[in-house]
Amino acid sequence: METVRTRALTRRFGDLVALDQLNLAVEEGEIFGLVGPDGAGKTTTMRLLTGILEPSSGEAWVDGLHAVREAEAIKDRIGYMSQRFGLYPDLTVIENIDFYADLYEVPKAGRNERIERLLAFSNLTPFKRRLAGNLSGGMKQKLGLACALVHTPRVLFLDEPTNGVDPVSRRDFWRILYQLQQERVTIFVSTAYLDEAERCNRIGLLHRGRLMACDTVDGVKGLLQGALLEVRCDSPRRAAILLRATDLGGVALFGDRIHVLVPDIDQGRLSIEAVLRAEGIPCHGLQVIEPSLEDVFTSAIPAVTHV
Amino acid sequence: MRTPWALNPRRLAAVARKEFIHVLRDPRALGIAIVLPIILLMIFGYALTLDLDRVPLAVWDQSRTPQSRELVSRFEGSRYFNVMAMSGNYEEVSASINARQTLMALVIPVDFGRRVGSGRTAQVQVVADGSDANTTTLALSYAESIVRTHSMEILGEKARRLTGHPLTLPLELRLRAWFNTDLESRIFIVPGLIAVIMMLITALLTSLTVAREWETGTMEQLISTPLRSSELILGKLAPYFVIGMVDMLLSVLAGRFLFDVPIRGSLLLLFTVSAIYLVGALSLGIFISAKAKTQLLASQAAFVATFLPAFLLSGFMFDIGNMPRVLQVVTYLIPARYFVTFLRGLYLKGTGLTQLWPECLLLVAFGALMLLLAIQSFKKRLA
Repeated sequence: METVRTRALTRRFGDLVALDQLNLAVEEGEIFGLVGPDGAGKTTTMRLLTGILEPSSGEAWVDGLHAVREAEAIKDRIGYMSQRFGLYPDLTVIENIDFYADLYEVPKAGRNERIERLLAFSNLTPFKRRLAGNLSGGMKQKLGLACALVHTPRVLFLDEPTNGVDPVSRRDFWRILYQLQQERVTIFVSTAYLDEAERCNRIGLLHRGRLMACDTVDGVKGLLQGALLEVRCDSPRRAAILLRATDLGGVALFGDRIHVLVPDIDQGRLSIEAVLRAEGIPCHGLQVIEPSLEDVFTSAIPAVTHV
Repeated sequence: MRTPWALNPRRLAAVARKEFIHVLRDPRALGIAIVLPIILLMIFGYALTLDLDRVPLAVWDQSRTPQSRELVSRFEGSRYFNVMAMSGNYEEVSASINARQTLMALVIPVDFGRRVGSGRTAQVQVVADGSDANTTTLALSYAESIVRTHSMEILGEKARRLTGHPLTLPLELRLRAWFNTDLESRIFIVPGLIAVIMMLITALLTSLTVAREWETGTMEQLISTPLRSSELILGKLAPYFVIGMVDMLLSVLAGRFLFDVPIRGSLLLLFTVSAIYLVGALSLGIFISAKAKTQLLASQAAFVATFLPAFLLSGFMFDIGNMPRVLQVVTYLIPARYFVTFLRGLYLKGTGLTQLWPECLLLVAFGALMLLLAIQSFKKRLA
């Protein structure tokens, strides 16, 4: 069963098309990642699906309910964590959770147990009485998650939940999401981090309001036509510029390595070596590698410059 | 289908509890909410007196006779004047007025004593600083009344000497001012002041609450929940209503014990109608806040929308009857007008609902309308 579905969902802000004809389906119990750089339209999509922003055209359904006509009914069934920390810094951890428990009318029976469990699984129990404003970035995110989960939602919308959070807290956060998945909660998460996108069951690549690709992580990687060569050489920055000037495919610089997308491995190898030799740049290694999401992204989005 | 009017008591209570915590954990805001009205009451109550007394006066007595000294002593004896300088020529008179040491000068000509003594009309001149027209008009009328009274006394004395009987005047005016016997403007100002201050404080307090949530991003989270606008607005009103009623109580106490303004009407009616007015003013603040979406804009808009009309157009400072026709019509739209009328009636005359029901009814309408507007104006949508 599809938990989230959109049909030609579009949102304009004046002349700017923030989201352009989005067609998407997310299965129940899936972790779906909406991946894209800043300004791609991720937050707009989140807001349209949570019923707090109206689309300019197109339609969306969440858990079988229409996102515009039944927006208020949707709100009972979803948990949403906005990009900015949306909790009250002058309320304590437990006061914030209690507040949201009341807003969602969490039944008195079992309520305390549920809250204690949420606190325990987000490691917030020792900080119960601490003001939310005095929590670290990672703890704030976990508190936001606990508030969004207090009413046991069917769908969870997380807008760049780990933005600015340290790697350890990020790992903890994802561990919590996997546990939720065990409980058949559908998770719709947006991120600009590609390593994080690899943790999702399926992803949608969003760029300038358009969905460039939508599949499993491997499926998206398979969209890459040809082979990926990793070049290690002296003065990689200059080499990348030279390679880009040729008719070779996508060229991207990753630290001191250059990734080049070529239609044919042997042909590509020869071309690259020729370019480097002509310029007198010593080559230390040239090998075929498994593409990462970032490679897919750089090749799918030629307009974005990677230096 | 859920309407914005339906209420869930649990969610309403949750919002109210949260708002109480916001207020109680911010001692500065709480201090302002409680102390500011008292400071305003002090400043306006003491400084804003429309009475004029001890007008600084310069005297240039060229006559130097018992008759001229008698007239000067009448000015000295009046509580309205305070003789600050005895001048010797016009230069000194004009110098002291220019230096703002005196506001007015009494100039008695050389032949004053001789003419009064011989029963002929003697002239005295009063020179006044006309740059402050209001004060000078008042001071001139006081001076005129002193001179006239003194003139009558001279006439009476002369009649008694000639006929052996005291002079009987054909007409005598007896003044009696009801409700404020001493015509003290304080008694008139304080009740009106309460109306102005309550309007300002309450709208300022609530104008920030919704805008703050939009600014900090908590609103985005709130509107993604099943919370309804009626629950949010009423919940937000609750703590400020309590603060407003405390402010009202403090103002009434200060008026009674600091400014000695008696309350002749029913206290129950006073606080009931104040509560209604408060709901209207608080809702107006919320309405502004929901529309403005930033705290700076909201507080400025609240100031312009509440304080200025309440101060200028409520009849608190300026008599509505003397305003141009167009402005008079505008004053009907200013709720503070009805509250000022109500408070003055209740405080000074002790009138109740029998006379003041139209004002009370209009205040109820104002409160209800603002509350509906505030709830209606809040949209659970971004942009």
